[in-house]
Amino acid sequence: MAGAVEVQHTALTLTDHLPVLQVAIPFLAAPLIVLVGNRTFAWVLSFVASALALVISFLLLMAVYDGGYISYALGGWEPPWGIEYRVDAANALILFLISAIGTVVLPFAYPSVKAELKTTSHTLFYACYMLCFTGLLGVVVTGDAFNVFVFLEISSLSTYVLIAVGAERDKRALTAAYDYLIMGTIGATFFVIGIGFLYIATGTLNMADMSDRIADQGSNRAVRAGFAFIIVGMGLKVAMYPLHLWLPKAYTFAPSAVTIFLSATATKAAIYVLLRFMFTVYKPEFVFETNTSLLVFMPLAVIAMFSASFVAAFQVNFKRMLAYSSVAQVGYMLLGIALLNQTGLTATMVHMFNHGITKALLFMGAGAMFYYTGSAFYDKLGGLGRKMPITGACILIGGLSLIGVPGTAGFVSKWILVQAAFENGWWPVAIAIVLSSLLAVVYVWRAVEVLYLTPPAKNSTAKEAPLMMLIPMIILAGSCVYFGIFTDLPLGASETAANVLMNGTNGELLR
Amino acid sequence: MHYHHLILRVITKLLVGTIMLFAFYVQFHGDFSPGGGFQAGVIMAAAFILYGIVFGLYAVQVVFPPWLVHKVMALGVLIYAGVGVYSMMLGYAFLDYNAFDPGHPSHGQHNGILVIEFGVGVTVTGVMIAIYYAFAGRFPQISDEDW
Amino acid sequence: MLDFIAGHANYWLFIVLMMTGLYIVVAKGNLVKKIVGLNIFQTAVFMLYISSAKVAGGTAPIFPTDSKGYIKTDGIDQIIYSNPLPHVLILTAIVVGVATTALGLALTVRIREEFGTIEEENLVEIEQSLTRADNKAHGEAMGGMA
Repeated sequence: MAGAVEVQHTALTLTDHLPVLQVAIPFLAAPLIVLVGNRTFAWVLSFVASALALVISFLLLMAVYDGGYISYALGGWEPPWGIEYRVDAANALILFLISAIGTVVLPFAYPSVKAELKTTSHTLFYACYMLCFTGLLGVVVTGDAFNVFVFLEISSLSTYVLIAVGAERDKRALTAAYDYLIMGTIGATFFVIGIGFLYIATGTLNMADMSDRIADQGSNRAVRAGFAFIIVGMGLKVAMYPLHLWLPKAYTFAPSAVTIFLSATATKAAIYVLLRFMFTVYKPEFVFETNTSLLVFMPLAVIAMFSASFVAAFQVNFKRMLAYSSVAQVGYMLLGIALLNQTGLTATMVHMFNHGITKALLFMGAGAMFYYTGSAFYDKLGGLGRKMPITGACILIGGLSLIGVPGTAGFVSKWILVQAAFENGWWPVAIAIVLSSLLAVVYVWRAVEVLYLTPPAKNSTAKEAPLMMLIPMIILAGSCVYFGIFTDLPLGASETAANVLMNGTNGELLR
Repeated sequence: MHYHHLILRVITKLLVGTIMLFAFYVQFHGDFSPGGGFQAGVIMAAAFILYGIVFGLYAVQVVFPPWLVHKVMALGVLIYAGVGVYSMMLGYAFLDYNAFDPGHPSHGQHNGILVIEFGVGVTVTGVMIAIYYAFAGRFPQISDEDW
Repeated sequence: MLDFIAGHANYWLFIVLMMTGLYIVVAKGNLVKKIVGLNIFQTAVFMLYISSAKVAGGTAPIFPTDSKGYIKTDGIDQIIYSNPLPHVLILTAIVVGVATTALGLALTVRIREEFGTIEEENLVEIEQSLTRADNKAHGEAMGGMA
């Protein structure tokens, strides 16, 4: 054939495709669910898709556990021109967290959604859930700055819908979703303005390339303004202390399954983006230079740790209490960033993972009790710990991990955080971490008191939660303990990740 | 049932077909001139929405029932993703259109983007009509005089 | 000085539009107006991207064709093209904006149905009374108000 070009092409194998399959499988599941439109099929398909995503993320995590990175050129367009999916230890761990939680929540969601939503909306619920899942995975896996925004909006838009369907039980879910929509959109738009400034200043959208060019040409006002916009925009999504107002309302009124999923994944994905921009795109030296961490992150993180814990201690609603506790826990993660040393970043990464499983477990316990009582208010939960012994025990383990009792996952991350604080010589901060953990004891104790020490309501029909709910809870409670004792998986990956973020050495290209 | 003016109805019937034809032009000529799936989808949806505005929601829902709109939305996304999966099966990267004609990458790119844009067009049509149905299908709580 | 002002016209426009939108979102109590403000805010970002794509003397990045539809080969390397990438990015951002607007308005419709108002002050009042009722019903058992 005239003009035909002989191109040498080595066929890609399934292993090469893993980074894109991570996102593509849940993405394919969403339209298939709508196309088939069968309720049971919807659940089965989403479970299969998320289980496959879990397997893929585990394979990816194992591949980059010791350093190095995997690059995938979408559409065959080589980076930095095309969109690149780039997996290193930092995002592989978050991918694993998101897909693990996504998979574990689904068995729980089946009875819970059945009880909380009307049957006609089940199919679309699972489609939305898959879209949200896709969006969060996409935010984490992509190496292209604008692609982050696109996936962020995919996950956000489906999140607003998922929160709003809680209106079938309490109409305040609608205003919660509306408030989140306004704040989330402002946050995302700020983020995209920041990317716009960076694009104007560097002429590239690939994060690794952007980083090189900023390092080459030095910073200028556009680059610094972009930094501010990205921090504020992502801060809204992270629920950084003064920007957290959407979170308690949204988590309180969303359906139980949604709250579990979001509490464990949404803020973590946003923190990951924050880390990626602060340490990979802008170098740590730049962050030092602008003093952002010292003047903004540190005080806000400490205030969040105390004030949100304090507010949590006065709540009468179990779900709302846990939501405020989430704001406080985000404070610990931001504190790890603010310390700006490698141990601090390790603490942030480990705490993201550990808090993810802990908070998912606690919200699951709340959801299981909600299943019988139709309410998460403490006065309706009296004595349920004795009526639902396994659920109660799981909540207890989650509570201990939230406080940071030795032997649970929560202890590991707080221990490393305290170590990091001492490494900087910031002993008041270390004391603040311990003191705020005491506040956690207060609010966890209140829940325990209600569940075990108050007599159950006389006409209570509550019994042990169904097996579909128990199994995910037991798995999460087990991993809370397991990762508290055998810390290899999260800690090793976090150390590699912190090294990658702090020193900017991506290591060798693995695939 | 309130009928609109005769001229309006006749013109609408004439226009609907023309608008659809223009949508197809924008859709399939999008690789040579400005255009593509997003624009074509909106134009295509405009034809249905115009029909709905003039003849009433019921009339347009007979032509394009709401359940079908949902399926069409999903189908478009599947066409898009299907192209990616197909290129993966041929041993190329996700959405690498070179896969469709390895000897002639430019032809592969051409064919690939046509199918992709078709998927986009289908979905955008569905989404726009679905948004129209969702809002038009609500029973108004405030009558026009109250404003 | 005049050069500076005229040369950065697109940035001034961006700043004015952005602050207008943000002000409406913050200051207006009507939920529909808030969404309009959000739209203006997003449009400002579109302006920022699109105007940054303009190359002086550049034309649309489409190959010139002759009357038969074939690509002209002579003088093709003298043509200056505008940067098409920001346009593509903004096409995506516009779609996101449309989706956000549709979802926001849909939520507003539902809020109107459930609460009977779309004015923020009334909504806050209703919510506070609901919260007070919750505290009264469920707070006593915990030995006081929340």
